[in-house]
Amino acid sequence: MFTSLASAIAAAQQESKSLSQVALEAEARDQGRPIAEIRDALRRALVVMRGAIEQGLVGDLRSESGLVGGDAAKVHHSKAGPFAGSPFSDVLARALAVQEVNAAMGVIVAAPTAGGAGVLPAVLTGLAAARNIDDERLIDALATAGLIGAVVAERASLSGAEGGCQAETGAAAGMAAGAATEMLGGTPAQVGHAVALAQQGTLGLVCDPLGGLVELPCVFRNATGAAIALAAIEMALAGVEFAIPADEVIDTMGEIGLAMDVRYRETAGGGLAATPTGRRLARERLVHIKRSGV
Amino acid sequence: MRPVRLTRHPSRFHRAFDLVSLLDIIGPVMVGPSSSHTAGACRLGLLARNLVGGTPERAHVELHGSFARTSEGHGTDKAIAGGLMGFRPDDERIRTALDIAEREGLAYTFEKTTLGEDNDVHPNTVRITVERADRTHVMRGSSLGAGRVVVSEIDGFPVEVHGNHHTIVLVAEDVKGSVARIAGILADDSINIATLRLTRKHRGGDAFMVIEVDDPPGEEVRDHIRALPWVRWTHRLDKVSS
Repeated sequence: MFTSLASAIAAAQQESKSLSQVALEAEARDQGRPIAEIRDALRRALVVMRGAIEQGLVGDLRSESGLVGGDAAKVHHSKAGPFAGSPFSDVLARALAVQEVNAAMGVIVAAPTAGGAGVLPAVLTGLAAARNIDDERLIDALATAGLIGAVVAERASLSGAEGGCQAETGAAAGMAAGAATEMLGGTPAQVGHAVALAQQGTLGLVCDPLGGLVELPCVFRNATGAAIALAAIEMALAGVEFAIPADEVIDTMGEIGLAMDVRYRETAGGGLAATPTGRRLARERLVHIKRSGV
Repeated sequence: MRPVRLTRHPSRFHRAFDLVSLLDIIGPVMVGPSSSHTAGACRLGLLARNLVGGTPERAHVELHGSFARTSEGHGTDKAIAGGLMGFRPDDERIRTALDIAEREGLAYTFEKTTLGEDNDVHPNTVRITVERADRTHVMRGSSLGAGRVVVSEIDGFPVEVHGNHHTIVLVAEDVKGSVARIAGILADDSINIATLRLTRKHRGGDAFMVIEVDDPPGEEVRDHIRALPWVRWTHRLDKVSS
């Protein structure tokens, strides 16, 4: 796979191809598998993504600790907010839904990780539903998202323990923004700007889950991560260009991750996890988990 | 295949020559909540299971670092037990794996421990001792994020097995021509070698071979390798990635 987004964008431009095509061809070459087989694997991922969204929107799930659950359904059915009934609101509900399923030990697609698994399916399937986009183009979008994620894995990190939440929901926002920008007709260069615009908005984001559980704030951070992706897509498709190239934004994310104190890297030692309420909830809930034997 | 340069991110735990696959990024399909603490843990359990050729009768699991600190809430214990019983990361039985283990005759113990200095050991590391019939093997491995894993030690030998390929590991006496002989057995069975690494503790000492192959080697391949007088033991570690 590519080690820079710039080289992938250049390849797409030279060969007059989409980034998804370039990604699928590179994967086929690297792994020695036919493109059809890779598309089938992505199609299966899409089925699981949709299943998790559907399951989460019902609203009857509670996480292992009981800390999260039911909020996806609230947003899904609400008529109160200024965006109620809009694709924006729908994307938020979908992101919460996937992450609530994840917290309840349901089946999801880690994309790129389980902790950041809500952003990509929410943005892609939400916008595809709003714009009547068919599954083949959604599969293309997943390939583009995979390419972006692979570049982040090469240049920075996709692990909250290594790079904080900027490496999980932040990377997911970049992947979703770039993939959706292509899906909605953006050029390869616009995809690059979308990635940069999304990731600049999540730089420095810490990983501070209560009790170390992938629950709080993870569920909500997937929703806000999806919102950042939507903002980036809106700007990139309007022709907004971000002056720092995506690869350099990604490098910055990696650099910040390395400098980040260990308290902010999935250890529950800092951030929201270390607040008085965070500590109290974690204590109560971990006791709950041990007692219920799960 | 084109050469891949070293990653710019100076993470000691990042494999230098691993081609990142799209399907590693958009995947795995897995039971939540954590790709490192649940899916990766399950894969490490699956790899350890291979060492004894089936569900172990006894397993002792030593958890280090973040694995030790946050295992309950992530179901790390359930995921490892599930892997030891052959469940894959997307198997919903992982949720109740500890109960199933009792029924299946897998006696497990978990211990929170320190397997080394923080700078030397990946934060998500586990050492698993598995026993079945009269065989006992020890494996040490780490979960690297996004469900990717590495086995770093088997029975005291340093290895590097990622589970992205079917892998044959073997310990042999350090005899001349051993690599050619093994390669010949694989070639006879039309099995293509992806990578081959040879390590030994000292000259003339036991040699440890890690061979990643493209196709699953059959029973007869293992039997042929086992029949070689200078091979002490061999295992097949099945591919655990999607």
